[in-house]
Parts: sequence; structure tokens; C-alpha cells
Amino acid sequence: MSVLSEGLRQKIRDHFSRYPNKQAVTLPALHLVQQELKCVPTEAVEEVAELLDLAPAQIFDTLSFYGFFRDEDRPLGKKRVWICRSLPCMLRGGDQLLAEVCEKLHVSPGDTTPNGEVTIELAECLGACDGAPCILIDDELKLNVSVEDVLRLAGEGHE
Amino acid sequence: MSEAFEPILLRRVGKPNNTSIDTYMADGGYNGLKKALAMQPDEVTQTVIKSNLRGRGGAGFHTGSKWMFLPKGYTGPIYLCINGDESEPGTFNNRVIIEEDPHQVLEGIVIAGYATRATTAYFYLRYEYGRCYRTLQKAIDEMYAKNFLGKNILGSGYSLDIHLHRGACAYICGEETGLIESLEGKRAWPRIKPPFPAIEGAFRRPTIVNNVETLACVTNILDRGPEWFQTIGVPKDPNNPRDAGSYGSKLYCISGHVNKPGLVELPLGITARQLIDQHAGGVWKDRKAKAVVPGGISMGFLSADELDTPLDFNGPGRAGCLGLGTAAVIVIDDHTSMVDVLYNTCRFFAHESCGQCTPCREGTAWSAKILHRIRQGEGTMEDLQKLDDISKTIGTIPGTTICGLADGAAWPIKNALQKFRPEFEEFIRSGRKSEMREVVLAH
Ligand SMILES: Cc1cc2nc3c(=O)[nH]c(=O)nc-3n(C[C@H](O)[C@H](O)[C@H](O)COP(=O)(O)O)c2cc1C
Ligand code: SF4
Ligand code: FES
Repeated sequence: MSVLSEGLRQKIRDHFSRYPNKQAVTLPALHLVQQELKCVPTEAVEEVAELLDLAPAQIFDTLSFYGFFRDEDRPLGKKRVWICRSLPCMLRGGDQLLAEVCEKLHVSPGDTTPNGEVTIELAECLGACDGAPCILIDDELKLNVSVEDVLRLAGEGHE
Repeated sequence: MSEAFEPILLRRVGKPNNTSIDTYMADGGYNGLKKALAMQPDEVTQTVIKSNLRGRGGAGFHTGSKWMFLPKGYTGPIYLCINGDESEPGTFNNRVIIEEDPHQVLEGIVIAGYATRATTAYFYLRYEYGRCYRTLQKAIDEMYAKNFLGKNILGSGYSLDIHLHRGACAYICGEETGLIESLEGKRAWPRIKPPFPAIEGAFRRPTIVNNVETLACVTNILDRGPEWFQTIGVPKDPNNPRDAGSYGSKLYCISGHVNKPGLVELPLGITARQLIDQHAGGVWKDRKAKAVVPGGISMGFLSADELDTPLDFNGPGRAGCLGLGTAAVIVIDDHTSMVDVLYNTCRFFAHESCGQCTPCREGTAWSAKILHRIRQGEGTMEDLQKLDDISKTIGTIPGTTICGLADGAAWPIKNALQKFRPEFEEFIRSGRKSEMREVVLAH
């Protein structure tokens, strides 16, 4: 049994014609895998390598460079919430926001809540300092947020 | 006070349906491309050379000259990479123009592609810009439908495809050769230069890397002409034959302790004080500015006495900063501790160093550790000496590293020690701890 569905394999193959070689499809492939599986398991690394005619070590080398990808021991929650801590956000309460969200959810950055709903991450500048402090939910930015906003957006609001 | 400047790059921000190709064309869009396609590719390059446009991505390199570095008569593939990694803290101008006016950027890509005879364009976009990604994908589809992309564009004989390529949250992918390595599917380790990308870049082929805002400028230069471009900004210094001037308008990002953070477009050369007071509603809470970052944290700090520095390609350097950088202005008020500020910048670079050069890997890690110690109330005067040593020895300027990340890590330290040293000494002597909270990673 393979971990990559045929649909996913096809989506990866669809990228081949865009680049002069298959290695360039590494990042697009890893994104597709993590989107579907919430992590990039070891078997998936091997299967992607086979699809791209590479050694698994080459895929693993790239994957491990980007802190973005998770292995099967630390899969992501349904939502991934990144809280910015770079200077412009820090100046407008980013560190405080991060500390309070972690306290309320009883997690440390990098952790997922026990119900698997949300993973909290520390982010460096998200490119939205005009709305500091800001967060990223999956790949959508939210500007000028409060602790309550973050909890609500993360689906962890206490109604 | 001067008359209000009529925005060029931001003229369509906030307009209804501004991302659609129809409204873009109704506003005169794609005229620049049509004019370019009526010329020879080299004439297009000459037009850009004549405008004296300089790159907006941080280094301020003369755009037309960069294009001229491509090998003449090369018959293999040539690549154009669009740098949309935008990760320098304080910087968000690429995001706003892409979200609000994607076709202005895409038109510049086709013009640059035609001028450089590029066969394929890769638009490297940071992963965090999901909305930009979707906006661009839709705009690119619209362009194919109108033959602004694809085979034989508008009957010119020139063909181009643009592919979006998403990053994975690493600052170093913004460095042009880190970007190329990342595009190739590898870890984003910057390459030793030379060879420069124009000679050997993506997939070992000649490659031009340009910033998103630079390409939006190209669109307007082709539409309105290089003479028009030179009516804006700061002319060349007649006493300095090597000065290329600071022509055109610039997207200034203003963040931090101001009443109205945001993006404004102004002629290059506005001063930090004018920006803060006239365009950002002044420093918040009726406070005063203690320090101002002139162009992203890599550029260092202006002190309160240096706010009349013009933010053109030369001004910040004259005030001891690294340069104009991305023109991202971060205002720090007089209630803020420079110890906390410097810790934040050092921690950033320690986190983002790719680790392949020892001086950068060790220097950034140690500077963050030392600042952490100082914040804990356990610093010594010797620590300041160590920071000073690090700041003078890491980077391409002292010649110890492969890329400029280390210079960007060194500069805030250098400026903090030059301009705010008494504050650091007082903090260390007092034995106080920082009042800022810090949350650390679980693993
Ligand atoms: C550490 C580092 C990070 C950089 N990040 C970016 C970036 O995010 N976007 C960008 O356009 N240029 C960035 N640059 C500058 C690029 O290397 C390159 O000079 C630029 O993309 C060229 O485009 P331009 O000539 O149009 O400005 C960075 C440079 C360094 C040293
Ligand atoms: S200077 Fe730093 S970031 Fe740049 S290549 Fe060397 S280790 Fe990597
Ligand atoms: S510092 Fe938080 S978005 Fe830039």
C-alpha cells in the first residue's frame, strides 16, 4: 500500500512540464503531500523520491532544511496558526499575544491542542506589519488581531 | 509643504475589481507591453538603462546593467526569476501591489522577459502570501486567454510562460542564489559568486532575478518613457561619477510605533521625519521616536538626531546604516528598550542563517545568546566587546561569508553599539531583567 493516492501522484506529475528537471518539483510535491496528509511521513519521502527519480536522501535533505514540513511523529492540527514575533509585531504586542494564546490553549509553540484542532507556531515577519500584531492561518493573513480573535479564528473560542 | 504626490504604482489600490484584466486594460494597462513588443529586445533594455531604474529588492543594483550581463547571442534557455520572497522584517510592499494590482507586476514580467529573451519565468512567492498566490494564478489565466502569455504573444514571435513557485517559510530564499537553489528543489544555500546568475543561474543557465516592485516600475517606464521616470526622485550627484541617482517613486512601508502604519508611495528622497509626521500620523501616544529602522532590520538604526536623513539610495549609508534596503521604516518609541529591540533582531538572524558559513552561523547564534544573557540581567561589559567583535567580522563586507545575510545581522549590532551604547551600559550595570515576555519552542 502506498501512502500517496493516485490523485496526489497525478497532481505531482502535473508539475513536471513546468521545469527542466524533476528535482525542481520537490517543493511543490512536499506542499501537496503535507496539505493532504498533515505531515510528510517517511514512506511519502520514499515515494516522492521514486516519482522524481531521486534518492530519498535528496528529498529528505531539502525537506529538513525548511522548518515548514512535519514528520509523522508531529502531524499538524486541522488548522495551523502562525503568530508573528518579528520586530514590528513585537513593538505592537506580538510577543504578548503569543504568550497569552499559548497560555489559554495550554500549548507551547510547535504543539497541537490535544483535540487535534489547532497547531500554534512562532513566525518571523509575515509581511503584514501594517497590521501588527498579525497572524497567518494556514495561508491567509489576518491583521490587527487580539487574543480573542486568534482563539475564535482558530476555532478555539470559548462561547 | 509640497503638493501631494500622485501615486503611480499604487494608483489602482482600493478600486473595485482592480485585480481583473478588464479593469486593468480600461485603465491603460498593457500599453507598456505593446510598446515594448514594437521595439527590438535590446531597445527595451536600453530604455530601462536610460531610466536609471535601480532594483527595489534591497541592493539597489542598476536594473538595465544587470540585464546587459547576460551572454550575447546565447541560444539555450534563459530564465527570469521574480523575487517575491519578501521576508525582510518590516517589508510588505510586494504583498500590497500583488493583491491590489497583479497585472501591473505581470506586465513588467513579460516586458522584462522579452528584453532579456527569457524563455520561462519562475515567480518565487513566499508561502505565507496565499492570497497573492490565488490572485496571481487567476490573473495569469486571464493573460493566457488574451495571448499576453503563451506562444507568439500578440503576434510578436515571442513566447513566455510564467510559473508560480511557492516557498516554504525561509528568509534566505530571498537571497537570489538561495532562491535559485530552492527553486531547483534543494536546500536554499546561497552560492558563491562569481559566477553571477546572469552567467550561470537557475538550472545552470543564464538567469535574471528581479524584485516584484522593480518589475512594476518597468511596466510604467515602458508606458511613460525613461525621461518621465527621471523627473521623479533624486538626480545623480554631479560630484560623484559612480552615483546612479535615486530615480522614481518608492513604496515606503511604515510600521511600529506610529499612529497610522501602512504603505505610501513617494518620490525617493523623502526624509524619515517627513514620512513619520506627514504620512504616518506621527509617533503614537504623543511619544518621541528613539530609533528608526530605515529599510528593514538588516539596515540598522537611525537615531532620533538623524531623522532628517533622506531615504534615497545614499542617505541611510551616510548616516552609518547599511543602506536603503527595502525602504521599510520601523519606528521605535522612547518607551522601548533597545536591549529588547536588538535581542529581537539578533534572534531573527540566528533563526534564519542557513548555517553554511561558520562566521555567520556562530556569530548570529552567539549574538542572540549574549543579548539573551543581557536581558536576563546577567550581562557584562565584556559582552558588549564581544558583540562589537562579531559585528565587525561577519559578512561580505569584511569578506568572511557567502551572502549578505551576515552583513544584515551585523549592522543592527554595530549601529546599536555606536548610537545607543550608554543605554546598554546602564542596563547591564543596573542588573535589571527585561520586562518583555518570551515564549520558547517546545522542542
Ligand atoms: C539575506 C538576503 C535576503 C534577501 N531577500 C530578498 C527578498 O525577499 N526579496 C528581494 O527582492 N530581494 C531580496 N534580497 C536581494 C536579492 O538577493 C536580489 O538582490 C534582488 O532580488 C534583485 O532584484 P532587484 O535588482 O530587482 O532588486 C535579499 C538579499 C539577501 C542577502
Ligand atoms: S552568510 Fe549566513 S545565510 Fe549567507 S550563506 Fe553564509 S551562513 Fe548562509
Ligand atoms: S513583523 Fe509581524 S508581519 Fe512583519
